[in-house]
Amino acid sequence: MTVQLQGCAAPAAQDLAAPAVRHERGQHEVFCGLTGIVWLHRKIQDAFFLVVGSRTCAHLIQSAAGVMIFAEPRFGTAIMEEKDLAGLTDANDELDRIVTQLIARRPDIKLLFLVGSCPSEVIKLDLSRAALRLSKRFMPQVRVLSYTGSGLETTFTQGEDACLASLVPELPASTSTETSLLVVGSLADVVEDQFIRIFDALGIKSVQFLPPRNSASLPSVGPNTKFLLAQPFLADTARELENRGATRLSAPFPLGVEGTTAWLRAAADAFGVDAALFDKVTQPARSRAERALENFRQDLAGRRIFFFPDSQLEIPLARFLSRELSMQLVEVGTPYLHREHLAEELKLLPAGVAITEGQDVDLQLDRCRAARPDLAVCGLGLANPLEAEGMTTKWAIELVFTPIQGYDQASDLAELFARPLVRRAKLVA
Amino acid sequence: MQLTVWTYEGPPHVGAMRVATGMEGLHYVLHAPQGDTYADLLFTMIERRNQRPPVTYTTFAARDLGKDTAELFKTAARGAYERFKPQAMIVGASCTGSLIQDDPGGLAKALSLPVPVVTVDLPAYQRKENWGAAETFYQLTRALAGPNAPPPGSQRPARPAGQRPTCNLLGPTALGFRHRDDVREITMLLNQLGIDVNVTAPMGATPADLARLGDADFNVVMYPEIASLAASWLARMFHQPFTKVVPIGVSATREFIKEVAALAGVDPEPVLKSASSRLTWYSHSVDSTYLTNKRVFIFGDATHVVAAARIASQEIGFKVVGLGTYSREFGREIREAAKLYDVEPLITDDYLEVEAKVAELHPELVLGTQMERHIAKRLGVPCAVISAPVHVQDFPARYAPQMGFEGANVIFDTWVHPLMMGLEEHLLQMFRDDFEFKDGAMPSHLGHAPAVEVTAPAVAPDVAIAEVTTTTVTTETTTTTVVWAADAEKELRKIPFFVRGKARRNTERYASEIGVATITVETLYDAKAHFSR
Repeated sequence: MTVQLQGCAAPAAQDLAAPAVRHERGQHEVFCGLTGIVWLHRKIQDAFFLVVGSRTCAHLIQSAAGVMIFAEPRFGTAIMEEKDLAGLTDANDELDRIVTQLIARRPDIKLLFLVGSCPSEVIKLDLSRAALRLSKRFMPQVRVLSYTGSGLETTFTQGEDACLASLVPELPASTSTETSLLVVGSLADVVEDQFIRIFDALGIKSVQFLPPRNSASLPSVGPNTKFLLAQPFLADTARELENRGATRLSAPFPLGVEGTTAWLRAAADAFGVDAALFDKVTQPARSRAERALENFRQDLAGRRIFFFPDSQLEIPLARFLSRELSMQLVEVGTPYLHREHLAEELKLLPAGVAITEGQDVDLQLDRCRAARPDLAVCGLGLANPLEAEGMTTKWAIELVFTPIQGYDQASDLAELFARPLVRRAKLVA
Repeated sequence: MQLTVWTYEGPPHVGAMRVATGMEGLHYVLHAPQGDTYADLLFTMIERRNQRPPVTYTTFAARDLGKDTAELFKTAARGAYERFKPQAMIVGASCTGSLIQDDPGGLAKALSLPVPVVTVDLPAYQRKENWGAAETFYQLTRALAGPNAPPPGSQRPARPAGQRPTCNLLGPTALGFRHRDDVREITMLLNQLGIDVNVTAPMGATPADLARLGDADFNVVMYPEIASLAASWLARMFHQPFTKVVPIGVSATREFIKEVAALAGVDPEPVLKSASSRLTWYSHSVDSTYLTNKRVFIFGDATHVVAAARIASQEIGFKVVGLGTYSREFGREIREAAKLYDVEPLITDDYLEVEAKVAELHPELVLGTQMERHIAKRLGVPCAVISAPVHVQDFPARYAPQMGFEGANVIFDTWVHPLMMGLEEHLLQMFRDDFEFKDGAMPSHLGHAPAVEVTAPAVAPDVAIAEVTTTTVTTETTTTTVVWAADAEKELRKIPFFVRGKARRNTERYASEIGVATITVETLYDAKAHFSR
């Protein structure tokens, strides 16, 4: 399909021009945004995610959730049937019936997301109106919101973006005149707790997180809110927060020692934290993390890595692997590149790096085969076939399900990339 | 709309993918939105295939909907042909693809590709995975073997003297439960009988192989859910008879041998005499006596359920207390089987209904799918998997057929394994307060920490069972509430864990029948005497 190159000239200096980005259209081998439910339902503990879609949607979540589905999941699918499409039944009445059934069955639910899918979008079922109607009926017991996780609109982690963006208008207005910090994007609980301790030591007292661990502790937002994105895929959420008057702090993402330091420093600078205090607080964790990373440098330094697009985490990960572990970047694919949110990351990438936005999977596989990287980061549909061709792979989805942010996870993150290489070396052919 | 937490089958295009992925030299172009490529990982991860499925998706997104999605499809189909050079292609749409009505069949025809292009229309909002596989296999068979069909009314020519009879094996696909090893086992068995396999399809076959399906003398329908449609068509067009018996279990295998021998005109006796399964002796050995009348609930696709019920009842000596299927197309087979065991058949694809049934019946063993494993785990009942859907652990590296005599060996081991072994079961009844081997503990040969006794299930208030002191018992005419006296409750706990639920239910039923409001120790033993035969 079509391939166009923009800004072909390699940038003379890193801070002058953004790197050349190849845009590709064609078959995308990616998840849709519904997959976000798999981790979001664990993060927000009193929320339920009801997909309005087809059997395919139900099958997708079930397959993506693997064995986890067995622990009474807080998600389900209202599967549309022939009669819903033929207009024999009013889809809205049907939806009301299902939601009533669901709430009776799960009285512990406080927040219900109606999640749009490709079929519900194509038939133009208005879920936002349905959410308003149902909210009216079930408030104050249950708040009902809607967002889209369809493959038409969202790729993988963008499902989290759409979910959080739908939450932002619901956040209470901040009445405080004091500046507060909001950390945006799902983080593992352990990572969240580490960051809370660091911010506390820096003297930044008012720190909140979005998404919260339950719907009763929604963070407040207002003109005095400054927010830090913990994840690179939150374009819509950031815009919604800005609409509420909040200001984004520009920073790289907290992956690796360098990323974490710069990310924390962005907050420290915005809150006027003294440089000496910042160093005092962060130095022990920095040295510890650097020591731990050292163990993986010999496995990874000089190795050539190829990223297929998956989560939008690719650019920050590539930055971490190239700068802190001296890996060589063959190609960095990303499903979508938000130039403004990634500006600090792009500055740190080595000059001339090949970045691809979008995908034509067959052409990209051709490039990967021709380059024979030491490690290919890709989805589960490609990983085993590439292994069978003799390439070493790291399956990308694990990076979304593992605590990787912050100082004390830097070496865990490096280990995720080192492990497949160590394994290949260890096994007899 | 239907509220679904777990679906037993995927959408019909996944069935079509199972056919395409099982075959070689066939490519599938699927009009589907971005994200539907998730289905690839069913094959690359669960079945651990070492190649990408031969599927090209158009992966259209919202911005494409304003433009020409039909053009997108044509580009994808043309590109797929040029890159993969298949012998034949199938084209179709996923659930969303079918809503935008681009007519993949017509579009593909307009491309005039130099290979057969078969359109598969799969009604995604009515039908499911197995139907999709059956329909795809049927359409492919029709399109590829059809041109070689003899003129109507003509007779099958007699087989030349001295030539071994041949058959086709129909039904095995990618992502099928134990299809890989069943094919090997049945091929071996046929070979012993002096019968050659002409084509095994879809698994391993090319479009050229499908074109010569008509060469065989008869067909072996291994998996009716997938092969029935195609086999009936072949019977009409090529006058090929097909087998009705699915060789899962020792008796079924012996019947199958007689059936194919008759179709092939060979003598089954030498094979019947020489070959047998260890299941028969293992099941007769005294170690298996304690398996007698263990209460078993069976659920899965119709073929595996019917076979499992027969094995459970006649070959291992269990008591079938319930059976059911999610294959609505095969409801009749299940209803007939249910009559044999005098139980109500459960025909549903709603897992909550299955869960409620298991909770109500209190079986000592559940034979089911991956999902029943979950239900059984929650209810603290031993479980073994007999049917798809299954997860990665049921695509094992070792040889593990379900069919034929070796299949019966595998089945014996698999089903008995989760049950507590005989000696342990006796000791638990005699000594109840051992600090380690305590009541309700998992069998010690499974090596787990003691299970926590299940109280009312967390999921569903509507399936609340067992461990509440006051229970409402519904009889046909009245609703009475019976109460357990403390000492009776204590006595009840002396009944072994795995039959306690059943004892509780019987006692409550007995109490409400005779109009007793409070259950005492006496009532408990009265009920025991009443129900013992």
